[in-house]
Amino acid sequence: MFSYYLDLALRSLRRNRVLTALMVLAIALGIGASMTTLTVLHVLSGDPLPGTSDTLFYPQIDPRDMDGYEPNKEPPRQVTWTDGQNLMRAKRGDRQALMTGGAVPVQPAQSGMEPFYSDARYTTADFFPMFKVPFLYGHGWSAADDESKARVVVITRTLNDKLFGGKDSTGQTLRMKDLAFQVIGVLDTWRPNPHFYDVYMGNYAASEDVFVPLSASRDAHFDHNGSTDCWGTGGGDPEHAETSPCVWLQFWVQLDSAAKVASYKEFLVHYSQEQKSLGRFERPANVRLPGLMEWLDINKVVPGDVRLQTWLAFGFLLVCLVNTIGLMLAKFLRRAGELGVRRALGASKREVFAQLLVESGVIGLAGGIGGLVLAFIGLWLVRLQPSNYASLAHLDLKMLLITFLLAIGSTLLAGLLPAWRACQITPALQLKSQ
Amino acid sequence: MQIKPILSALRRHKAGTFLIAMQIALTLAIVCNALFIIQQRLVHLSEPTGLDEPNIFVVQNEWVGQATAEQVDAKMREDISVLRALPSVQDATPSNSYPLRGGGWDDGIKLKPEQLQDTSGAAIYFGDDHFIDTLGIKLIAGRNFRSEEITSMNVRDRLSPPVVIVTKALADKLFPNGDAVGKTIYLVGGPTTIIGVVELLQSQSVDRWAAGFAYRSVIVPKRLAISLGGWYVVRARPGQLDAAMRAAPKALFEHNPRRVINDEDGIQSFSQVRSRAYERDRGMAILMGVICVVLLAITAAGIVGLTSFWVGQRRKQIGVRRALGATRQDILHYFMTENFLISCGGVVVGILLAVAINLWLVTRFEMHRLSLVYVLVGVVILLLLGQGAVLAPAMRASRVPPVEATRSV
Repeated sequence: MFSYYLDLALRSLRRNRVLTALMVLAIALGIGASMTTLTVLHVLSGDPLPGTSDTLFYPQIDPRDMDGYEPNKEPPRQVTWTDGQNLMRAKRGDRQALMTGGAVPVQPAQSGMEPFYSDARYTTADFFPMFKVPFLYGHGWSAADDESKARVVVITRTLNDKLFGGKDSTGQTLRMKDLAFQVIGVLDTWRPNPHFYDVYMGNYAASEDVFVPLSASRDAHFDHNGSTDCWGTGGGDPEHAETSPCVWLQFWVQLDSAAKVASYKEFLVHYSQEQKSLGRFERPANVRLPGLMEWLDINKVVPGDVRLQTWLAFGFLLVCLVNTIGLMLAKFLRRAGELGVRRALGASKREVFAQLLVESGVIGLAGGIGGLVLAFIGLWLVRLQPSNYASLAHLDLKMLLITFLLAIGSTLLAGLLPAWRACQITPALQLKSQ
Repeated sequence: MQIKPILSALRRHKAGTFLIAMQIALTLAIVCNALFIIQQRLVHLSEPTGLDEPNIFVVQNEWVGQATAEQVDAKMREDISVLRALPSVQDATPSNSYPLRGGGWDDGIKLKPEQLQDTSGAAIYFGDDHFIDTLGIKLIAGRNFRSEEITSMNVRDRLSPPVVIVTKALADKLFPNGDAVGKTIYLVGGPTTIIGVVELLQSQSVDRWAAGFAYRSVIVPKRLAISLGGWYVVRARPGQLDAAMRAAPKALFEHNPRRVINDEDGIQSFSQVRSRAYERDRGMAILMGVICVVLLAITAAGIVGLTSFWVGQRRKQIGVRRALGATRQDILHYFMTENFLISCGGVVVGILLAVAINLWLVTRFEMHRLSLVYVLVGVVILLLLGQGAVLAPAMRASRVPPVEATRSV
């Protein structure tokens, strides 16, 4: 029966080529636009560390003076050196890492290669196990290396390819800012997306190429990049960043159970009260402990424009569907005579309904395929854009499936009203008027 | 034209009428808002910086190797004299930033030291006595810095210059009476005196977070010595921008090779800076424009399709009317009026929808309230579109011969 309906549908679609083309095109444009924007949104709002992200938390405390104080205003989004060190030493989480971003001049040993600047991350030992960073060669550094300001460095695969031709470079020396650092590890390809651990370096930035112990980076006078926010008499002075009233470091903590999360929050309150009684903090205790995904929301990591475009595209799809409903209604009702004959010859309402739905399904399928092609073109256009998330816009299997379901689902839905209206016709009346 | 028979005919085509009206309403709502977004983005990206943009380029210089702040300052001074000595260069100044860079130093300004809340935010530019000339901005009150007032500032120092120059926008905010020159204001590091006012100097970022102090800038008479490096803003002699952009890095490397000037964006003309700063806004405006056009085309095609069907369905009735004496004009007008009535219904719903969507966008996307002009423009566009789309099928209807009335099919 299905193949017969399919045959009928194809015949009917061939009869009105322009109208069919118009319907398929409208669906394809709507699907193409919404899938392109939805894919970009999906890529941008993804989980950077699937499976791990729900155990990672970003403590916020308020060390500022009373200048501009408002109760319950959000605490700063970074921590000071002193607080960072105190929280590190307290070791209340299962793992914790203190970090900040920067840039270092890399001086290649090979003659003929000019020095260049690489983005760097200055952090502590737990960074690698906590964020499940994959290693190609070697390993990260230890807490003892942090303590001793060891001049060791972990580099990415990209930099290893560039400097050492992709060979295992552990044990080699890397010169940065006139100082020698020993390579102890090479990362495998790693690009958490968004760049969640420091949103001041560009939300969808690629990972840094150089990882150095935070203590060693201070010792070597490496330069800090990212946000520095000071109050009181503080200046953004990198030489005295350890004592100045400025927040410029990110502190992440891993907490493996809900009970630990609750007790960590309590610890932060106690810590703030203690610092206040010591005279370091002036404001009443004001702490937050957002999880990783919540932290991305707070920072509005997904650009507003992308969300706006997605809404727009779905509005567009809606207009396309209304358009298709109208055209299909016209088409089905125009065939009232033919349908009347079929009904008179014994086809039930149900069968006529099914036949018409098959026809709208065929349009949906054609529109879906067209929409998919348009989505590929659309994403290719997005990738040509210079924004830093552009290169990430690819259609994955999940989105591919959604595209098809959306196309066929929406067209079948669009076919419902016209098909229902068309089977309401009374066969006798249609036959009489012939 | 009799409207009553049209309405009673439409009542027999409820679903079709409703669908066309819906489509017009949705299209109107989306097109109004899209046009409004386009206009907002265009206004945003044509805001002036105040600079002599055609002749300016910026150099991002990064140092290699360890150096004290004093050494960095000395190297920076040498670089600036190298740049100023180039024949194609009119002037050059070291700075921490420039307009449209995307970020930089911003600070709160107070009128009294004991104030808890800042009177205004402001972008902080570091520059020497050549800053105003290099950027091509206009001093409208007071005086420029003197060369002996320019000092080096280590990043370890507090921001407390004895004198500053401010923009008119900041001066007007702080001292609405227009007597800012000579007044004392408080930066984060302490008091300072305003010695001059410049007409226009945009802040470093044009993003929303910086919108509160868009044109409120402070120029500080200091060279900021950062060991990482900094920016040189260079103004080429008129017409010699390309020559200067080629000569500058060559001269700098000849003078001191221990530096990095990134091949990709180490040297940018100001037009490149501008297009980078606004590429997102421009992209959004183009996308909105494309969506509008496609949407209108689809709606027009839908109207043509549905009206054609109605014409085909009513051939017999049209024939009867023609046989009873109706002219071709009457038939044409009938379909035009029918479409006009449906469009009007759609437009009324569309206006409500447009306003509702806009209100929702205001709460979620920090947009402005939709101005009624855009709604009116949208209404006119859609009514014309409807009439245009219905014209072809209506003409076909008017050509139905009266003899059609006698045919049985």
